Amino acid sequence: MNKTGLVFQREYLSRVQKKSFLLVTILIPVIIIGFYVAIIAVAISGNSTMQKIAVIDQAGLLGNKDFTQNEFSFHLAPPDQQPSLQSGYDKQGYDGLLLIPPTAVEQPDSIRFQRKSEAGAGAQSDLNKILSEAIGRKRMEAEHIDPEKIKHLSPDVSLNATIGSEAKKSISDVARGVGYTAGFLIYFILLIYGTMVMRGISEEKTNRIAEVIISSVKPFQLMLGKILGIGAVGLTQFLIWGGLIYVLQLIVPVFFPGMSAELHGASHSGPMGMLGDLLQQARALNFPLIVGCFLFYFLGGYMMYASLFAAVGSAASDDAQESQQMALPITMLVVLSFVIMIKATADPNSGLAVFGSLFPLTSPIVMVGRIPYGIPTIPLWQLLTSMVLLVLFFLFTTWLCGKIYRTGILLYGKKVTFSEMLKWAAKKN
Amino acid sequence: MNPILEVQHLKKYYSTQKAVDDISFTIPQGSIFGLLGPNGAGKTTLLRMITGIFYPDSGQILFDGNKYQPEQDLVHIGYMPEERGLYKKMKIGEQALYLARLKGLSRQEANEKIKYWFSRLDMDSWYNKKTQDLSKGMGQKLQFVTTILHSPKLIILDEPFSGLDPVNANLIKDEIYQLARAGSTIIFSTHRMEQVEEICNQIILVNQGKKILDGTVQQVKQDFKEDLFHLETAAPISLLAHPSFEVVQQSEKSLVLRIQPGYSSNDVLSVFLSSGQIIVSFNEILPSLNDIFIKLVEGTPLARQFQIPIA
Repeated sequence: MNKTGLVFQREYLSRVQKKSFLLVTILIPVIIIGFYVAIIAVAISGNSTMQKIAVIDQAGLLGNKDFTQNEFSFHLAPPDQQPSLQSGYDKQGYDGLLLIPPTAVEQPDSIRFQRKSEAGAGAQSDLNKILSEAIGRKRMEAEHIDPEKIKHLSPDVSLNATIGSEAKKSISDVARGVGYTAGFLIYFILLIYGTMVMRGISEEKTNRIAEVIISSVKPFQLMLGKILGIGAVGLTQFLIWGGLIYVLQLIVPVFFPGMSAELHGASHSGPMGMLGDLLQQARALNFPLIVGCFLFYFLGGYMMYASLFAAVGSAASDDAQESQQMALPITMLVVLSFVIMIKATADPNSGLAVFGSLFPLTSPIVMVGRIPYGIPTIPLWQLLTSMVLLVLFFLFTTWLCGKIYRTGILLYGKKVTFSEMLKWAAKKN
Repeated sequence: MNPILEVQHLKKYYSTQKAVDDISFTIPQGSIFGLLGPNGAGKTTLLRMITGIFYPDSGQILFDGNKYQPEQDLVHIGYMPEERGLYKKMKIGEQALYLARLKGLSRQEANEKIKYWFSRLDMDSWYNKKTQDLSKGMGQKLQFVTTILHSPKLIILDEPFSGLDPVNANLIKDEIYQLARAGSTIIFSTHRMEQVEEICNQIILVNQGKKILDGTVQQVKQDFKEDLFHLETAAPISLLAHPSFEVVQQSEKSLVLRIQPGYSSNDVLSVFLSSGQIIVSFNEILPSLNDIFIKLVEGTPLARQFQIPIA
């Protein structure tokens, strides 16, 4: 086996065989999913405390029924209780009072709503709508207009745009979501695995094992083996995650048969209908293209950034703080890419998005964020140019950083500046 | 015997200093070769060029008679740097296996060698332990084993005994002799002179990037002797004056004297014999390598005199 292969094998196995690897690989998705589930659960559950509101309806707007709306439960008060309620609703055990005077139809401003305490944001807007509709109905009755007819005459517009020559539905909602997720993943990987490479190298340097290894292996082989090994750890993690998602997708319908039926039924109302709509859009996405690009940009971006991180790790001294400081410009580039990516997922053909997805240092994140929009939206020439630029640039950085690495890894005790690192890179041999 | 390593006019300049400035030497196969020098003399740079880590600015290295090519020749070299380094979290056996395979051994060969050396140096129980659990001295031993595991023709040891207790130091020393007898050549870099005197056949001394001394240990001592003799008598000495010697130091029953140019030890001895005193011992005082080292390195004006190789 050649030496790069041996280094690769050690780097890979020493990480994958650790118990913490399996733990982290399984825990991360659980934590992320748990996090989202918690957010959604909190958002859906709303406020559980109900406020009991007494209603004095002198205009007959609400019919003769009690009803519940968001945080309020409304109770129509019998006429004999009304005077005592008006003087003090809280003594009767109510939290508030809705007073609709007989003149409410002509003068909606005269409706009074008194409460003891504040209610949640937006709790009152539905009440406004109910009252407006009721007043509208009364007014139409007064003018002898049939409300059914009005409803029949009002159009209900919901645009379905088609993109390109094929009669495809617009996929922008789901494309944005997928792009964002993919871009975020790449961002995450570049930072996590990039720093892993940096730490590994600075550890080798601090341990002084580097000198022993370099008397058997060329520095470049050592660096390359390390970068590839850690990259393979990342890929393994993806494969495990991909497998988990696939299995989950098979298992979930078994346990919740109703849910998938609802989703596929795509009834066009309520949140489930929206989800069904998104799923339909998702089916229109070009998944082979997305997955292919994702892997390509993951590998290219990782190789490029890992070699940059490797150069920093080799040049920095044993001080962890110093290496972090020196890595800051690189980390900033990754964060910048992420910011451009967020913009690009919203507006895939803006100037910034196009630039970001061509420029090799930002393209791994930005292009992956754009690519779910598909080929006609993202011109093919842009994709190809971006790929070629990335490959050229990653070859360049690996070569350059290999030279910095070779000098840096054996240099101790001196704080290295960026201009010195560039000098090493320019040196022959 | 053929030289295993020939270094010819090797130079390596850094921007601030001449780390190695025109050094040449030859190491015969099977010898134990001492590379001496004060801190910062250029020893490590020299060794790093021999181990292919650095490229020389000029000059060349011949390994086993041919131009040195790190890609091929590195598998015949074992290098134990002064700053020890091992992967802390790796198991000891796996670590040894990894380092041996990087030197080109197959998995099976490497395992056999590891078994052999581990049992030879009482390290059998270590195989599944982690490196970070080892003490400094034990780590040293492991490092030594990983250096020689692939039976290199040339073994370079930089301060191999630092941190070892006398028992383990002796163990390693015996292994070094054994390896040399079996045909390996050993370069031994240190500033512990008593070890050099004990172990090495041949030495060079490097200072400020230049070679200032080269020769066998015996030869060097002879070259630096000051014609001093130690004389001891049975009864208190009655001092004699004679042009053949001058007294350097005197106590009741012994003398240190310097023989003057033109006379030999026999002349001195016969003076004392003819005086009828009983002589218990008479022997030459040779300088220790330590003295020579200090003299050469400390007294820089003096050192300049010896820049032309002696041997």
